[in-house]
Amino acid sequence: MSALLIAEHNNKEVKPFTLNAITAASQIDKDLHVLVIGNKSEEVAKSISQIPNVKKVIHVDNEIYENFLAENFTSVIVKQAENYSHIVCSANTFGKNLMPRVAALLDTSQVSDIIKVISADTFLRPIYAGNAFATVKSSDSKKCITIRPTSFDPAATSGGSAEIVKADAGETNTFIKFIKREEVKSDRPELGTARVVISGGRGMGSGENFKLITEIADKLNAAIGASRAAVDAGYITNDHQVGQTGKVVVPDLYIAVGISGAIQHLAGMKESKVIVAINKDGEAPIFSVADYGLEADLFEALPQFLEELSKLNTIQK
Amino acid sequence: MKILVAVKRVIDYNVQIRVKEDGTGVVTDNVKMSTNPPDDNAIEEAVKIKEAGKATEIVAVTVGEEKAQETVRKALAVGADRGIHVKVDGIVEPLAVSKILQKIADKEKPDLIFMGKQAIDDDCNQTGQMLAALLNWPQATFASKIEVKDKSLEVIREVDEGLETIEVNVPAIVTCDLRLNEPRYASLPNIMKAKKKPVEQINSSDLGIDTKPRIEQIKVEEPPKRKAGIKVANVAELVEKLKNEAKVI
Repeated sequence: MSALLIAEHNNKEVKPFTLNAITAASQIDKDLHVLVIGNKSEEVAKSISQIPNVKKVIHVDNEIYENFLAENFTSVIVKQAENYSHIVCSANTFGKNLMPRVAALLDTSQVSDIIKVISADTFLRPIYAGNAFATVKSSDSKKCITIRPTSFDPAATSGGSAEIVKADAGETNTFIKFIKREEVKSDRPELGTARVVISGGRGMGSGENFKLITEIADKLNAAIGASRAAVDAGYITNDHQVGQTGKVVVPDLYIAVGISGAIQHLAGMKESKVIVAINKDGEAPIFSVADYGLEADLFEALPQFLEELSKLNTIQK
Repeated sequence: MKILVAVKRVIDYNVQIRVKEDGTGVVTDNVKMSTNPPDDNAIEEAVKIKEAGKATEIVAVTVGEEKAQETVRKALAVGADRGIHVKVDGIVEPLAVSKILQKIADKEKPDLIFMGKQAIDDDCNQTGQMLAALLNWPQATFASKIEVKDKSLEVIREVDEGLETIEVNVPAIVTCDLRLNEPRYASLPNIMKAKKKPVEQINSSDLGIDTKPRIEQIKVEEPPKRKAGIKVANVAELVEKLKNEAKVI
């Protein structure tokens, strides 16, 4: 049997993590089909059909899917699942919300947030905020898997020509109503896929002080992250939170400023290639994962950092 | 409204996890255990709704070994009215927990079921959504704000892109984010009073639910360690290292 990937998109474009999920799903089964559920989402189906790893696209288009409510998605996925051994999705808020609802109706014990495909039934996944790795083997005949997108490379997006098959919409529900989505628009790279991330913590002291971080982010073309403490304090919005209950990032360079380094924060960034910590407390746990630690007052260090960057002839983008 | 709140006993969030040398799991002997943090937010929210006169009864339920009862007692100490402890030994996967909670919901007939969005031990993030599916109820996951209306809830959800607002009719499931509220501490008199509140014990086998794990844990190991880094003396040295040694800027 084949694997079925649930695409995440905004009815116009494929969301980047879908590409990482496609890589993971094709490691599970080469015969990979992608299910696109949306409203007026023809462009999405078309662009996914051009991904070389994708063998077939199943497209379900109806106005009831405009806002991607899990309650409405579930019946379509459960019906399509008859033909597949694996149902796969990203372990971001889209997939975390959706997949367990599907798994329960398929009577399958879901395997969440895998970071490696060992075989078609055996996977590696972090537990305890990444402080342990578990190798797990699923015995269910139909498997529901969510994958950690940053642990898999994005699939190539052109060169393929999979057929697109239309399928019928499922049932709709009246017990839930979508009201609104407040997306934070930004010209910066997305936090989850940025090459460089600079994050601020409680040490920033205020939302206004985050401009010290913003200026450096502009120079480095970096995404801006934050610790839970900074989000809780209202310095910055929730979509910036990095950590066990926020986003997981694996940039080439992660700069943690005024972040002490609680294990819950480390869970979201410690796989980064190079980690820099700037903190005035030399004993802060963040230094234990940092490649380069600078024990300094961030209000002095950040302006100096900006100045030193300005002296460089070239900066990688 | 009647609110059922599900709570889980986990290793305390401040404990540095140690992996057992034989690879069978993590060390739990003599380790501090607590209520799963976002489950505390779930209890707090239920209590606040009751204090606002919009709920009549709060029932705290847990699924787990004998000592899991402690989490129910803690919920009672901060304002839950009575407790249910479904006794199961060993690993219980979210699918089995949600089947057990479905049985409890069938019996208790709550209008709302609250729980944390994820448990910090297995990090599965499944139980609420699975229970919602089994009951065929709407699910408001990752909730950071709840407004109780007449026969519905308006919920703000934290999603990757920002915030999403939905309205769910009761009965409904809500999974709570840490930012939903600030959980209160139990006062000593309330801890004493909680000891007198009723906690019903049920064996999972009496509910007719098969809790045998479907996922075999083959091995638990330590993640690869990062090699030790260095401290730099000043910002100039930091930028020099990033440019010429790490080559990342």
